[in-house]
Parts: sequence; structure tokens; C-alpha cells
Amino acid sequence: MKIKALTAVAALMLSAPMAFAEADEDQLIINGDVAMISKTAAAPHLEGALSEVISGWHFRDNETQAMQLDDFDNPGMVFVDLARDAWATAEGTEGKSCASCHGEPEAMAGVKAVYPKWNETAGEVRTLQMQMNDCRTTRMGAEAWKTDAKEALNMEALMAVVSRGMPMNVAIDGPAAETWAKGKEIYYTRYGQLELSCANCHEQNYGNYIRSDHLSQGQIEAFPAYRLKDAALVGVQSRFKGCVRDTRAETFSPGSPEFIALELYVASRGNGLSVEGPSVRN
Amino acid sequence: MRLTALAAAAILVAGVANANPVAPTDVAYDDSGAVAESLTGVAGDAANGAKVMTDRGKGNCVACHAVTALSDAPFHGTVAPTLDGVGGVRSEAELRGIVANAKMTFEGSVMPPFYKTTGFTRPGDGYTGKAAPADLAPILTAQEIEDVVAFLATLKD
Ligand code: HEC
Ligand code: HEC
Ligand code: HEC
Repeated sequence: MKIKALTAVAALMLSAPMAFAEADEDQLIINGDVAMISKTAAAPHLEGALSEVISGWHFRDNETQAMQLDDFDNPGMVFVDLARDAWATAEGTEGKSCASCHGEPEAMAGVKAVYPKWNETAGEVRTLQMQMNDCRTTRMGAEAWKTDAKEALNMEALMAVVSRGMPMNVAIDGPAAETWAKGKEIYYTRYGQLELSCANCHEQNYGNYIRSDHLSQGQIEAFPAYRLKDAALVGVQSRFKGCVRDTRAETFSPGSPEFIALELYVASRGNGLSVEGPSVRN
Repeated sequence: MRLTALAAAAILVAGVANANPVAPTDVAYDDSGAVAESLTGVAGDAANGAKVMTDRGKGNCVACHAVTALSDAPFHGTVAPTLDGVGGVRSEAELRGIVANAKMTFEGSVMPPFYKTTGFTRPGDGYTGKAAPADLAPILTAQEIEDVVAFLATLKD
């Protein structure tokens, strides 16, 4: 009875949001100048899983997209400026700044594109944040930043900007292979009471809507991302945490071995896409 | 007098049935994943079923399925087929089996199990991100499953 009354309102509301489904055909060119590879053939290791890899930018609405097209409109760029100041500021017992050893931040061009990366001396896969922390603790005598702490995300955003447009090229073989395989296993594991894996949403269903959310491929070449809903930069592993939590699962923590492995694996799924951060997302 | 007696008997039956719903681990799925027996013995309440289906903390079925009859709840998903007309093509037993644990009907389905309490990898305590308590409850109660099934049965073209 009540149910039938609702049917009248029905047709009107359903049709609109479903008209567009797939990734859009817009061009991601930043400041009218730097053309991004935001869609490209998937890396060989994705054979059978994805044929094309696509930046999350293509799945956002026009308004959100527009904010990323111009650095003056990109709210994430304020944090890049903060990081430029921090880069040149001495910290820790050694009285050194990043600049003391590395010169201009631009000297780091290309670095973001190859992280996470195996570190031979330490015998571990390091995310960019771990590497920066190693410089802080062992070379500057400064305290490590917590995973995805503001300062860490600001600096990571600066590292992204100086590598902008360069294609992601994360190594998955050699000594990184074991960590990569662990990350892959996590990607395909169905977690939580909803029994959903990353792949269930971001591989099987990208382009579809889950409630009002337009599902992307869950790529990370555009991180850190400025999230409008948080009015702050969000880091890769914090984003992972939110997605795992949404499956009614016990999450892993940012900085955990599981999320380091997952970051390596997910980064490798974006090989070929341009480094894009800081991106703007809703 | 007779009426009162009947009513009393009804309450008694309902009460007994409610007190002993089929436990999630005891649900009898047939080979095709259908569940013939009601989980509670109490007829489902379709209006409540409709509420459960749009409630984000409960069924949240419209996150994946479009349902024309529920279009006052905004933003229906496109992950799964529309449920319009499903009551005309699926039996109550099939619907009960699908809602309780869709994987018994559709192998490897993306659809979450709504009446299951064991066999999860890192189950959480709702959407807190913390570990689930030892006595993890199913996402929907037995009666909520029956209510949803009753609503789905009304979806005939
Ligand atoms: C005392 C000198 C010194 C200081 C200060 C220093 N670094 Fe380093 N940094 C190094 C050296 C040496 C390496 C190469 C380490 C290696 O390959 O194991 C390095 C490597 C790096 C890398 C990885 C480069 C690559 O190609 O993989 C990044 C990123 C980095 N530093 C960022 C920073 C940041 C950010 C700061 C300031 C917070 C900083 N560093 C401060 C000496 C320094
Ligand atoms: C229930 C579906 C679901 C599952 C399961 C899920 N996600 Fe997501 N994820 C989303 C939604 C919705 C968004 C926001 C819209 C979008 O970009 O897809 C999102 C966004 C993301 C983003 C941001 C992408 C961007 O460009 O801004 C990343 C990265 C991500 N997810 C990674 C993962 C990983 C890794 C897993 C597995 C641990 C995972 N997700 C599991 C639904 C899911
Ligand atoms: C995460 C997405 C998701 C959610 C949430 C979900 N479903 Fe499904 N459902 C599916 C998919 C996908 C199918 C298609 C079967 C398959 O291939 O797995 C399906 C199939 C069905 C079917 C069978 C349809 C047919 O035509 O035979 C019914 C009935 C159904 N779902 C009801 C529900 C109800 C009721 C809820 C909420 C209690 C719900 N679903 C929640 C994804 C979902």
C-alpha cells in the first residue's frame, strides 16, 4: 500500500544519475600546459585483469575535475608551498635541512614515479614516506613523521609536483617481488562481513555507481589527494584504511607491513599513468 | 471470548517462533541455494523490509541495486541488476536464500551475505574498523530477512 504510492515518484529520480557510467573522455592538462597520461594500456602484469588503466580523475564530476586543472584552483597546492618552506628549514640535531643535501626540490624529479622501491641497504621495500623518514632520523637527527601525518603528506605532495607528468614505473621484480606478491594477495582477498576485495569494487565494477559514488580503479598515481569532504590532503594508506573499514572489516594500520605491500602492488597497477598529485577528490 | 483466545494463541505462536529463529549456522540451503523454511515462522512485514533495504547500516541494498519502488531513497547503484519484477520471477524460497547468503545461489557473488556469522577474513565491529566481537551478529536479523523477502515478493511487474 505505502509501497505502491512510492512507485509514482520512481521513474523520475532513477533515470538521471545513471546516464553516464564509464570514465569520461575529458583531457587532463594542468595549467593548460602539462598534459597527463591519465589513460593508458595496462602493464603486462595486469593481463586478464585490466586492459586499460585510468586515473581516478576521469570518474569525478566536472566541478571536482576543474579544480585540478589549475594550480590556483587546486586547494592541495597550499600544502606544496608549505613543504617548499619545510624543505629549506633545518631540523634535528644535525642542523640540516633537506636542501642541505639535496639542493632544490626539483632535484627529486622522477623519484615519486618509482616508489615504493626496494632499498638494498635496509633490505626492505620503502614507501616514499619511509625513505624521507630515513633521511630525517639517520641523517638529520630529526623525529620521524607518522605515516600520513600532515608534514609527511605535504612533503610527499611536493615530491609529486616535481615529478608531474612522468609515468609511474614501479619495479615489481627482483627483491621487491615477494612484497609485491603479498600486496597482490591482499588486493584480491575478500575482507570483512561484506566479503569484498579491492578487486570486487575497483576492478570488476569501476565505472559503476555504488550508491552515489562513481567507482574508479582505485589508482594511487594521483596521491596525495586533496579530499573536499575532509578539506585536507589524504595519504594512500589512510585511503586504503577507509576502504577496508567500509567492508565491515578490521582494518590494517597505516604504516603496517600489509599496507606497505599493498601500496607497492596498487602503485604497480598504475604503471604508465602520470604522477598527478596533489589531486582533488570529493 | 473466542477472539481473545485466538489472539492469545497467535501471540503465543509468534512469541515461540521469534524466540527460536533458525540460527545463521543452521540455515538449510538446497542445491540451488534456496531456503524453503521461514527463518522465524512469522510472516514478513514488507513495509519494514523496504526500510531495511534503504538503511545504510542494514541492508543498504540500493547501494548496488536500483529498485523503482524505493526511489524516494536517493542514489541507487548500478553494480547489480535492478530488482524490479524480481518477485514475479523468483520464489520466496529463492529470495530467502539469496538475501541470507547470495553466494549459495551465485558462486563468487559480489553481493554480501546478510545472514552469516562465521568464515570471514578479519571481520570488523560494524563500520568502526575495529575487530568484531566474538559473538558477531549477522548484518540482518532473521525477522529482517523475512521482512525483506516479503517486500521483494511484492516487486511484480
Ligand atoms: C645529510 C644529507 C641528507 C639530508 C639532510 C636529507 N637527505 Fe634525503 N637522501 C640523502 C641520501 C644520501 C640519500 C640516498 C640514500 C640511499 O640511496 O639509500 C637520500 C635519499 C632521499 C630520497 C630518495 C631518493 C631516491 O632516488 O630514491 C628522498 C625522497 C629523500 N632523500 C628526501 C629527503 C627529504 C624530504 C629530506 C628532508 C626532510 C631529506 N631527504 C634530507 C641525504 C640526505
Ligand atoms: C565496497 C567497494 C570498495 C571496496 C571493497 C574498496 N573500495 Fe576503494 N573506493 C571505493 C569508493 C566508493 C571510492 C571513491 C570513489 C572512487 O574513486 O572509486 C574508493 C576510492 C579508492 C581510492 C582513491 C582513488 C582516487 O583516485 O581518488 C583508492 C586508492 C582505493 N579506493 C583503494 C582501494 C583498495 C586498495 C581497496 C582494497 C583494500 C579498496 N579500495 C576497496 C569503494 C571501495
Ligand atoms: C555490493 C553489492 C550488492 C548489495 C549491497 C546487494 N546486492 Fe543483491 N546482488 C548483487 C549482484 C552483483 C547480484 C547479481 C548476482 C550475481 O551475479 O552475483 C545480486 C543479485 C540479487 C538478487 C537476484 C536478482 C535476480 O534477478 O535473480 C536479489 C533478489 C538481490 N540481489 C537482493 C538483494 C537485497 C535484498 C539486498 C539487500 C539486503 C542486496 N541484494 C544487496 C549485488 C549486491
